Amino acid sequence: MKALGLVAAFCLGGLLFYISFDFPGWGDAKSPASKHVSPYYIEHTMEDTSVPNIVTAVLADYRGYDTLFETAVIFSAGLACFFLLRIPEHKAPAARFYRHLATGITFRIEKGGRLPDDTKEFERIDSVWVPYDVIINMTCRLVVPFIQLFALYVIAHGHHSPGGGFQGGVIFGAAIILFAISNNLRRTLKQMSEQTSALLGSLGVIIYAGTGMLCVLLGAGFLNYGALKSFFGVDPVAARSHSILMVEIGVGIAVTAVMVWIYYNLSSTGKQDEGL
Amino acid sequence: MIWQLDIIILSMVIICGIAAISIKDLLGAAIMFGAYSFMMCLLWSVMGAVDVAFTEASVGAGVSTVFFVAAVFRTTRRTRD
Repeated sequence: MKALGLVAAFCLGGLLFYISFDFPGWGDAKSPASKHVSPYYIEHTMEDTSVPNIVTAVLADYRGYDTLFETAVIFSAGLACFFLLRIPEHKAPAARFYRHLATGITFRIEKGGRLPDDTKEFERIDSVWVPYDVIINMTCRLVVPFIQLFALYVIAHGHHSPGGGFQGGVIFGAAIILFAISNNLRRTLKQMSEQTSALLGSLGVIIYAGTGMLCVLLGAGFLNYGALKSFFGVDPVAARSHSILMVEIGVGIAVTAVMVWIYYNLSSTGKQDEGL
Repeated sequence: MIWQLDIIILSMVIICGIAAISIKDLLGAAIMFGAYSFMMCLLWSVMGAVDVAFTEASVGAGVSTVFFVAAVFRTTRRTRD
């Protein structure tokens, strides 16, 4: 079986390698794509949308359908993880571990034992041993807001520099995941619950699709942002630029929420009780 | 595009790819996959596709590695084959 797999992999790899000789060379000005498609975007993006970064304009405006369905795919990935992994009701763990905050002593409380009620003095910790390190804890807590600020910058500055909703959303989600890793899952769930992440995930897709529907209501095609000129009160070119930002924000919200949602289910095997 | 740099990065991509599938330790494989993604990100940026490189760095090398590590942490570190 292993040899068969190796043969199949080599055959497919050889085929791909053989086909790649037919591809146009890197940066070939005579290839069909560079002859007809690219020059249009390079010459017309600025007058159509007033967005200096052509990639963003193509992604969110000219090829808006693709990005809409990419966002929907990411949302359904989160949904698939939820349906595969989530265990809604489960038995209480055999033993719980608590740390006395003032002394750092760890308590193991068997099932049926009295759990500490004053949560100011005791903190619940994961049963899979996670070393408590005040340096890691504080460093991550200090770094997280700056990562989130950078993520917002990446989303908002996508018009002018590389970046946009997907990258910014992933960075924002990674900041929340960093908080979950350095602290614990329960504290993160208090800040951003599972319901919040699921709702935000669908809200992002709705913002994107809603922008498209708004264009239809204002009498143009789906995702034809020029129609939003009366909505924003500007000329059609600026309306396209604003709509791209709106769409990117939708993508960012969806991607952030879905990344966090997938992490919640993956790191706690769907129990959302004890995390990584 | 500097061809020396290109060859170094390409060979690193291949080394990381082979290491990621042949290594026995799954945590090591996850890290190798992250390194592979990072090398691909360098390759994209050398070719001038900065947006794709940014996405590869954040999604491929960042979040997907975290997901792999989380999955390994919750299952097992050893492969059977």
